[in-house]
Amino acid sequence: MFTYYLELALRSFKRNKALTALMVLAIALGIGASMTTLTVLHVLSGDPLPGKSQTLFVPQLDPQNMENYRAGGEPPDQVTWIDGMNLLRSKRADHQVLMTAGTVAVQPSQSNLDPFYVDARYTTADFFGMFDVPLLFGHGWSAIDDDNKARVAVITRSLNDKLFGGKDSTGQMLQLGDSGLRIVGVLDRWRPNPHFYDLATGSYAESEDVFVPLTTARDLKLGRNGSMDCWGGHTEDHLETAPCTWLQLWVQLDSSDKAATYKQYLKHYSQEQMTLGRFVRPSNVRLRDLMGWLDYQSVVPSDVQLQTWLAFGFLLVCLVNTVGLMLAKFMRRAGELGVRRALGASKRSLFAQLLVESAVIGLGGGIGGLVLAFFGLWEVRQRPSSYATLAHLDMSMLLTTFLLALGASIVAGLLPAWRACQITPALQLKSN
Amino acid sequence: MILRPILSSLTRHKLTVMLLMLQVALTCGIVCNVAFMIEERIARMSAPSGVAEDEVVLIDSVQVDPHTNPQMRHLEDVAALRAIPGVRSAVAVDAVPFNGSDWTSSLNTQPDSDANAASASVYNGTPGELQTLGLNLIAGRDFLPGEYLPLDSAHDGAGLGKVSTVIVTRALADKLFPAGNALGKSVYPFSQPARIVGIVDHLSRPGPHDAGAEDYSALFPLLPDTAEVTYVMRTAARNRKHVLEIAKATLTRLDGNRIVRQPSTFAQLRADYFHRDRTMVGLLLAAAVALAFVTAVAIAGLAHFWVGQRRRTIGIRRAIGATRGDILRYFQTENFLIVSGGVVLGLLLAMMLNLILMQQYEVPRLPVYYLPIGAAVLWLLGQLAVLGPALRAAAVPPVVATRSM
Repeated sequence: MFTYYLELALRSFKRNKALTALMVLAIALGIGASMTTLTVLHVLSGDPLPGKSQTLFVPQLDPQNMENYRAGGEPPDQVTWIDGMNLLRSKRADHQVLMTAGTVAVQPSQSNLDPFYVDARYTTADFFGMFDVPLLFGHGWSAIDDDNKARVAVITRSLNDKLFGGKDSTGQMLQLGDSGLRIVGVLDRWRPNPHFYDLATGSYAESEDVFVPLTTARDLKLGRNGSMDCWGGHTEDHLETAPCTWLQLWVQLDSSDKAATYKQYLKHYSQEQMTLGRFVRPSNVRLRDLMGWLDYQSVVPSDVQLQTWLAFGFLLVCLVNTVGLMLAKFMRRAGELGVRRALGASKRSLFAQLLVESAVIGLGGGIGGLVLAFFGLWEVRQRPSSYATLAHLDMSMLLTTFLLALGASIVAGLLPAWRACQITPALQLKSN
Repeated sequence: MILRPILSSLTRHKLTVMLLMLQVALTCGIVCNVAFMIEERIARMSAPSGVAEDEVVLIDSVQVDPHTNPQMRHLEDVAALRAIPGVRSAVAVDAVPFNGSDWTSSLNTQPDSDANAASASVYNGTPGELQTLGLNLIAGRDFLPGEYLPLDSAHDGAGLGKVSTVIVTRALADKLFPAGNALGKSVYPFSQPARIVGIVDHLSRPGPHDAGAEDYSALFPLLPDTAEVTYVMRTAARNRKHVLEIAKATLTRLDGNRIVRQPSTFAQLRADYFHRDRTMVGLLLAAAVALAFVTAVAIAGLAHFWVGQRRRTIGIRRAIGATRGDILRYFQTENFLIVSGGVVLGLLLAMMLNLILMQQYEVPRLPVYYLPIGAAVLWLLGQLAVLGPALRAAAVPPVVATRSM
């Protein structure tokens, strides 16, 4: 029966070739655009550390003065050196890391390479363990190295390839400006998306190439960058004592009890700082987990969200379009359908026949949409945005596309087929 | 006149008519908002930067050797760059519009107060910045040689607290002093007053900011003293590429131990800065056109089926005296009624969508004039789409009435 219905459907398409093609094209465009934008959105709002992200938190404190104070406002995103060091040394969390971004001039020992600048991260020792950073050679450094301002560094695989031809470079010296640092570890490929631990340096930035202990970087006066907020005038010479927030603090808390306890501790800490006279604002602390932090920071570009909404709006119009046109087409054939009913075809078989016809259109659109989605993502990858290279259709999105196409075809088919089955055969036969 | 038969015929196809109306409504609602977003982006992209865009080139230099005084380095570099044939002037600056190096500071009109404070982007550079960028000074004067101080970036730009003069954009002057008497008044970056000695027409900020605040810029007579600096040169438009090549070679010759990067014309800088907006405008435009196209297909397709379905009735009407024009007008009127229903719904939808966008994405309110334009466009689209099938209907000969199907 199915092949017969398919034949009927194809014959019906032949009668309105252009219109059929346009209906398929419209659904294909709608699905293609929706899937392209949805995939980009899915990639951009992904979890950078699946399985680990719920144990990582960002503590926020409010050390600012009363200028521009608004009750209930959000505390700054970053911490001052004093608070960062206090919370780091108190070791109330399972792990804690304090860090900032920088840029360093690498002077290669080979004479055929010119000096070049790379992005660096100045961090304390727990960075590598907390964020599950894979190491190709060697290891990170220890808390003792942090305390001793040890002249050590960890570099990425790509920098290792460039400087040492991919060989194990641990123990070698890395020349940054006029200071030499001993390489203790080489990272394997690592690119968490988003660049969650410091969004100010680019939400989808690649990971830095050089990692240096924070204390060492300050001691060597390596150039820092990233965002910095100051208040009460720049009266201080040194960032270590300045009223400025410029460091990212992350803590690892392995259970929700620990998280609750840590939040209490943050409240106590800020009250204590108030009694000491360092804080003047009422205690205002936050402790967001990684995904909550990304949400709060609105990491996903609003343009991408808008594009997704627009694409789905378009898909909706395309579906309404198909439903309307199929309906009109079936109703136009009321006479023919009436004859089939009168000759003994049941409502069910009529319904099946019409459903096959509309499902073929929906499925054709779905397949076309999938092709267009592949093309659309290829197009996205050609763009210069920082996230462009990430736009790939993964298994779950492929499945979503398939379901979307199937759903679209059924939605587009059910209503017209059902409506056309309600025709009273006698009336149709009489009217002719 | 012929409205009643049309309406009664439409009530026989309630579901189909409702679907088409829904489609017209969705199209109208989306296209109105999309058109508004396109206009907004184009306005942002075409806002004047204040810079003589066709004559300015720039090149970044990062000094690696920590033992040379950066200010001395800049002085020597600028002198050498000025000597390049074709270069009219050259300066060292810490930021230019659209280069992303955005240092924002709050400027108050009273010491130690937040009243009337505006947040503005700070531009610092060596003498001659105004001429080199080609800024249009509409009131007051440029900085005097004696007014320049080092930026003191080693102490986080402490120079900003000591500076005594400032040049602001007209937009910033009007924001700080709405009475329009900004020239000669003082602003307070910190506790020290800086007198406004000049006002320039426009100067866009290095990074994106809220609508209305895109031109809040202030120039200070502060000399950059960091290892990283941007050299700006002004030259004739046709010499730009050549000058950049020589500038790169000159800088490398003066100090090999540095990184020279991103030599570009200001036009390139602008193009890169607005790249994302351009892509978005392209996408929005494509979406609007595609929506209009799909809806036109729906209207034409539906009319096509209805003409087929009504051939006999049309024949009877023709046989009892209706002219071709009557049949044509019948389909046109029918289409007008359906599209009108969709448009009424669509305008409500447009406003609702705009409200959601205003809350979620800080899109401004949809101007009222978009609504009649949107409605007119859809009516026109409907009439054009229905014209083909309607003409075919008008061509149905009266003899059809006498034939059985």
